[in-house]
Amino acid sequence: MSFLDLKNVTKIYPNGTKAVHETSLSIDEGEFMVFVGPSGCGKSTLLRMVAGLEDITEGDISLDGKLINQVDPSERDVAMVFQNYALYPHMNVYNNLAYGLKNRGIDKETIEQKVNDAAKLLQISDFLQRKPSMLSGGQRQRVAMGRAIVRNPKIFLFDEPLSNLDAKLRIQMRLEIKKLQQKVGVTSIFVTHDQVEAMTLADRLAVINNGIIEQLGTPIEIYDNPKSLFVAGFIGSPQMNFLDGNIKNKTLSAEGFEIKDIQSDFNGDVILGIRPEHLSQTENGLINLKVDLVEQLGSDNLVYGQLKDKKDFCYRCPGNQTIEKGSNLSLNIENNKYYIFDKSTGKRVN
Amino acid sequence: MKIKPLQILAHIILILGVLLMVVPIWISFASSTHDTVTILTEGMKFNIGEYFSRNYNEVLNEKGGWSEEVTAAKMFINSFIMALGIATLKVTISAMSAYALVYYRFKLAVPIFWLIFITLLVPLEVRIFPTYKIVSDLGLTNSYTGLILPLVASATATFFFRQFYRTIPDELLESAKLDGANSWRFFIDFLVPLSKTMIAAMFIFMFVYGYSQYLWPLIMTTSEKYWTVVMGMKIIFTESYEGVALPRTAERFAYIILSMLPPVLVVVILQKWFIKGLIQTEK
Repeated sequence: MSFLDLKNVTKIYPNGTKAVHETSLSIDEGEFMVFVGPSGCGKSTLLRMVAGLEDITEGDISLDGKLINQVDPSERDVAMVFQNYALYPHMNVYNNLAYGLKNRGIDKETIEQKVNDAAKLLQISDFLQRKPSMLSGGQRQRVAMGRAIVRNPKIFLFDEPLSNLDAKLRIQMRLEIKKLQQKVGVTSIFVTHDQVEAMTLADRLAVINNGIIEQLGTPIEIYDNPKSLFVAGFIGSPQMNFLDGNIKNKTLSAEGFEIKDIQSDFNGDVILGIRPEHLSQTENGLINLKVDLVEQLGSDNLVYGQLKDKKDFCYRCPGNQTIEKGSNLSLNIENNKYYIFDKSTGKRVN
Repeated sequence: MKIKPLQILAHIILILGVLLMVVPIWISFASSTHDTVTILTEGMKFNIGEYFSRNYNEVLNEKGGWSEEVTAAKMFINSFIMALGIATLKVTISAMSAYALVYYRFKLAVPIFWLIFITLLVPLEVRIFPTYKIVSDLGLTNSYTGLILPLVASATATFFFRQFYRTIPDELLESAKLDGANSWRFFIDFLVPLSKTMIAAMFIFMFVYGYSQYLWPLIMTTSEKYWTVVMGMKIIFTESYEGVALPRTAERFAYIILSMLPPVLVVVILQKWFIKGLIQTEK
């Protein structure tokens, strides 16, 4: 049995909305798990059920070998960082950190030591006496993390904690969270809708859609081997290109080109997925792209254009290549890195 | 800086407003420093007279009432106890009932809230006989409890607290829960400190409300020991002259001035919080 076990967990809200469908998941001790998915997919609900803030309609959650379905949130030994931090506005930073410890009846000296240790770890020692309203976004974020760390919980829960920060700070805090988690070694679940955050933070990733875990795996597994159309479209930036096609006797015909000898016995309508970074320029390539727009990121160029059938298409090439707007490019798929999905079910077929 | 005509007009209106508020009080104060004969013969006064200490001393210490048992000082204490009791209990009870209405999501929370709200349409004066009957059946006439108890429920304050609590983000409660705060602790450690400006504002309102009660103390007190300032105003400092009761006007003015002091003091002391409570919330 692993550290945190979810067995057939289902959440149905009183109004009948089914937020989470029979989800099962195991998380090992010390693992950093990320739930990623579009908003309203049930990822936060799942997290809140682990925290005890939502009732579990069906199924079991056990933490460290103990069933916690009916355990009060305060006794589950979990700590949570909220999207808006939920710092206590009327208490200074010290008391924000100390409050949970006080409620557990820990003596004053131990509290002081724990708070000071956590503050040092997070570099917030200088503003222990300040109120949260006097802190910047990044500092508040740290206090919120400090409040979680100081209790030394069995599991950290992060509910989109970075979405209120500006882009630069978000990247910085992302790194710090990862470093901190590795240093402290506490099992963590992190919920986000940002796939870059998910990829960078996760030991393992659960891509969630409509209350179902679509795919579970390491970030690279999921990137290299998406099992469904949804996962393929959600993970990777810029998004994977999708083209309509049809397979007959191992030959895939899409608008304007054909791929022979594909690794699939599937016959019928499919969607072909090609990542923008898995293309290269060549003479007489498969795909002809008429360039509409080039985004120069420095290290890379993102080339947007249209195929013959006016289908939008994106190609990513190294930044040192100059590509003119209006030109025609001939592209090949590198190393046969393409993905084929059943058009009716969205499942991967190659 | 150029002064615009509109500004002048605005100032005139404001100054008129101030005069309207201040002049009666000044006349009362000035008149309270003369003796009754002067006022009765010459009318109200604008200037300060020479009987200040005599009048105020008499007002505070002279025994009055039908049986000459009660002094104004005693009535001040009574009024103060009543107002303090009403204000404290009103604030406490409405803060707690609002807490229940907002945070315990039971089915009838909304209907119950509206039921509470409807009581605004039924002030004490409307239900005074049933209220008297109940208080008298409980044996509470002529007691502080009887003075205070029928007035401690407040729809207005419940409404304000409810609106305020609803603006507090849910995450705060959830975070507190994870930190091991139970319902009681959440109320004491979070809602009370967060709403302290609100509490101050409500306290002022309710103190003045309690202090200025007239009909209820008048009906339920038969012993002079429980007379309050506002009801005493009509009764004391009357002199019998050939069987006709004549008011001792100068002392009455002094009494009026004194009776205004407690609410004024409460407002002055709490006004910083009061204004904060009206215009901002600490969040």
